[in-house]
Amino acid sequence: MQIIRSPKVYDVCIVGSGAGGGTTAKVLTEAGADVVMLEGGPMWDSAKDSDMFAWSYDSPTRGWGGDKKPFGSFDGCIGGWDIEGEPYTVGRGGWRWFRGRMLGGRTHHWGRISLRFGPDDFQHKSIDGYGDDWPITYADMKPYYDKLDQFVGVFGSNHASETGLHNEPDGYFQPPPKPRAHELLIKKACDRLKIPVVPSRLSILTKPLNGRPACHYCGQCGRGCRTHSNFSSVSVMLPPALKTGKLTIVANAMAREVTTGTDGLATGVSYIDTTTNTEHQVRARVIVLSASCCESARLLLNSKSSRFPNGLANSSGVVGRYLTDSTGLAVRGFIPALMDTPRYNADGVGGMHLYIPWWGDNKALGFPRGYHVELGGGFGMPGYGFSGGIENYPQSQGGGYGTALKDEYRRYYGAFVNFSGRGEQVGRADNFCEIDPNVVDKWGIPVLRFNHTWADTERLQGKHMQETFRGIIQEMGGVTMGNMPTAAQDYGLATGGQIIHEAGAVRMGDDPKTSVLNSHCQAHEVKNLFVADGGPFVSQADKNLTWTIMALAWRTSEYIADERRKGNI
Amino acid sequence: MNEINRRKMLQVLGAAPAAVAFTWTPLEAQAAADHAHAAVQATTAKGPYKPRFFTAAEFATIKLLADLIIPRDGKSGSASDAGAPQFIDYIVAEQPERQTAMRGGLVWLDTESRRRFDKGFMAASPAERAQVLDDIAYPAKASKAFSHGVRFFTTLRDLVATGFWSSKVGMADIGYQGNVYVAEWKGAPDDVMKKLGLSYE
Repeated sequence: MQIIRSPKVYDVCIVGSGAGGGTTAKVLTEAGADVVMLEGGPMWDSAKDSDMFAWSYDSPTRGWGGDKKPFGSFDGCIGGWDIEGEPYTVGRGGWRWFRGRMLGGRTHHWGRISLRFGPDDFQHKSIDGYGDDWPITYADMKPYYDKLDQFVGVFGSNHASETGLHNEPDGYFQPPPKPRAHELLIKKACDRLKIPVVPSRLSILTKPLNGRPACHYCGQCGRGCRTHSNFSSVSVMLPPALKTGKLTIVANAMAREVTTGTDGLATGVSYIDTTTNTEHQVRARVIVLSASCCESARLLLNSKSSRFPNGLANSSGVVGRYLTDSTGLAVRGFIPALMDTPRYNADGVGGMHLYIPWWGDNKALGFPRGYHVELGGGFGMPGYGFSGGIENYPQSQGGGYGTALKDEYRRYYGAFVNFSGRGEQVGRADNFCEIDPNVVDKWGIPVLRFNHTWADTERLQGKHMQETFRGIIQEMGGVTMGNMPTAAQDYGLATGGQIIHEAGAVRMGDDPKTSVLNSHCQAHEVKNLFVADGGPFVSQADKNLTWTIMALAWRTSEYIADERRKGNI
Repeated sequence: MNEINRRKMLQVLGAAPAAVAFTWTPLEAQAAADHAHAAVQATTAKGPYKPRFFTAAEFATIKLLADLIIPRDGKSGSASDAGAPQFIDYIVAEQPERQTAMRGGLVWLDTESRRRFDKGFMAASPAERAQVLDDIAYPAKASKAFSHGVRFFTTLRDLVATGFWSSKVGMADIGYQGNVYVAEWKGAPDDVMKKLGLSYE
C-alpha cells in the first residue's frame, strides 16, 4: 500500500484531542509551536451536534442507545465499550474498555467532576506503604490546578479548614449552585453520622467566564453543551488553540504507530485515514501521546523497531503495567419521606450539587485508600427504564395494574436516592494490558489484551461503601434496594474499566527501570516523546482523574515549550 | 422545547454580550430546536402506525394490555393515548433478545385464557381477563404455576411504564418540570423544603 507522507515537518504532533490533547494543543500553540493533532474519530461541535433540550419522546427508543450509545441515545459521546471493528481481548480477570471516537474524545459526556488531587495523593506510598510515590508533589502541581480553575472554571467551595480534610485542597471556585432538596435530606442524615457533605466541584460555569455564558441548568451536560457552559476540550481548549492559527486538526486519523529514526528519536506518526482507508505519515519534532491511557500504551507497544524490540520507550517492560481503574459501585434507597413531594424543576447542573469527599481514617479501617461518593436522586426526565421493577418497591402493592398502579408511579417518582462510590485502586504490576499476539482490528492494528483483577484492598473498600451507603439510607428512614453482595461478588464492585477512570499504563518515575516517563512525562529513552493523558499516573486517588490529566498536560506542555526554547528538543 | 421556552432561551442568549464567539445566533438556536424535534414529527405525521415487529393481532393485544396496565383516569389518558404500544413495538424490534419472550408471552396468555374460558384473551370478558391478570400481576404472591406468565407481565409492565411516562402525556401527568432554560437556579421552592423539614438558611 502506498504511504502518503506529509512534506511538512510540524513542531509537535499530538495524538488525541480530549482532555490531555486539548490542553497540550492550547499551551503549545500559544507558546508559538506549529501543532498537528490527530483524532481517530470525526469532527464534533457541541454547539451544533448536541441533543441538548431534546425530550425522551423525541427518540423512538425513549433514550435507549444500545451498544452504540451505552449512556443513552442523547449522550454526547461517539464510541463505547464495544466498537464494531475495534475489538480487545481479556486474558486474566476482567476489563471493559470505553473509547471515545470524536473530536474532544470523552470530554463531551464526562461527569465534569473536577477534583484536584491532594498532597497525600502524590506520596501515598510514604504514608501507607502501598504502591509508589509520584516523582512530583502537590506543590509541583498546584500552580497548574490553579490555572485550570481560573481558565476553565469550576464551581465548589473551600472547605478544608471547616471539614479538616487536608487532602481536599482549596482552589479558585465559582459559587456552587444551591443544593437540590433530596441532597439536603441526605446531608441532614450524614450530619448525624459525621459524614461530610459539601458542595461538589464541577467544571460547569455558574458565572460567565472568558466569553462563555453561565449554565442554564438543563441538567444535560452529558449530551454536550450547546452553549459551551461546561468544560469539554472542544468548548474550552481547542478554540484558543485554533485562534493562534497554529493548530491543524486531522480528524478520522487512526494512529498506527510512532515512527523513529536511526538516532532513536521519534520522527512522526503513521495513521490510517478511516474515511478512505489510506495510509499516511505525519512528521514532527516532538510527539505527544494523548490518546487515552490504554491507547497510548498500545501505540508504544505497537511501535517496534530493532532498537526498541519491546515497543517504543519500553526497555523497562513497564509500558502497559500498573493499569488501574477507580473502584465503583452504587446503592439505591427508597426514602418514604420523599413520597408525594411537590414537584419542582430539579434538573440543576448536569451532576450532583453536593458530594461526599473521602473522610475516613484508613489506619482504623483495615484497608488503604478511600473513595468519594456521588449523590443522585430527584425528579429526572422520565425516559427509557422509568420506574422499572416497581413490583419490588417497598410498601407498594407489589406490581398489579390499573388506576392503583398508575397512581403508585406518581407517588414513587422522586422518592429514591442513590450513592455511587468511586475509590482508589492501588497500582500493581500484574494488572496490565499487552498486545494480543493473535488479534488485529479492522485496520490491521494489533489489539490490546487486558489482565485485571481487584485485590482484597479494593474489596474491603467496596464492603465499606456498601455498609456506609446502607447506613445512610437507614438513617434517612429509608429502605435499601437489593441485598448486600458477598465477598465472592466483590461486594458489587464494577468490572475494571466500567468506571472509565483508567490510568497508569505509561507511568512516570525517577527510575528508568521501573517507569516509562520521567517527572516531566518525557520518555526516559526518547527525549522528544511525551505522554499527556491518564497514562503517566503513578496512582489513582479517591478523586476523578480529569483535572489532574489536564494539570499534568499543562505542566508537560510548558516543559516542552521551555525545552524547545533551549534547543534541547 | 415548547415555544415559550424556546423564546425565553433566545432572549437570554441574545442578551449575553460577552459571549459572541460561543453563543448561538437566534437562527442557529431555531435550527437546533427544529432538529431535536424532527424525529418525533417524522414518526407522528405518517398516519396509522404500522408495527415493525408484532403482527396486527399481537399488536392489538399489546394495546389492550397496555391500557389495562395504565388506563385513562381523572388526570390523564391511557397508555395507548400516549403512544406506549408503538414504543413497545419499536423497542422490541430494536432488541432482538426480547422478541421470543414477548411473542411467546402473548401466546402463553392466550393459551391460559383458552384453558380457563375456551376463548382467547382478546375474546374474554373484562372479568375473565382480570382473573388471569390477577394471577400474574403480583410476582411475590403469584403461584409458581404461573411463573412464565408473571415473567411476561412484569416485563410488559416495565415497557408500558417507559412508553407512557416518557411520553408528552406522561411527563405532564407526573409533573416533570425540567428541560427548560433556567436563567437563575434557585433550588427547591418553599413548599418542598417545608414538607421535607429543610431550609436553605
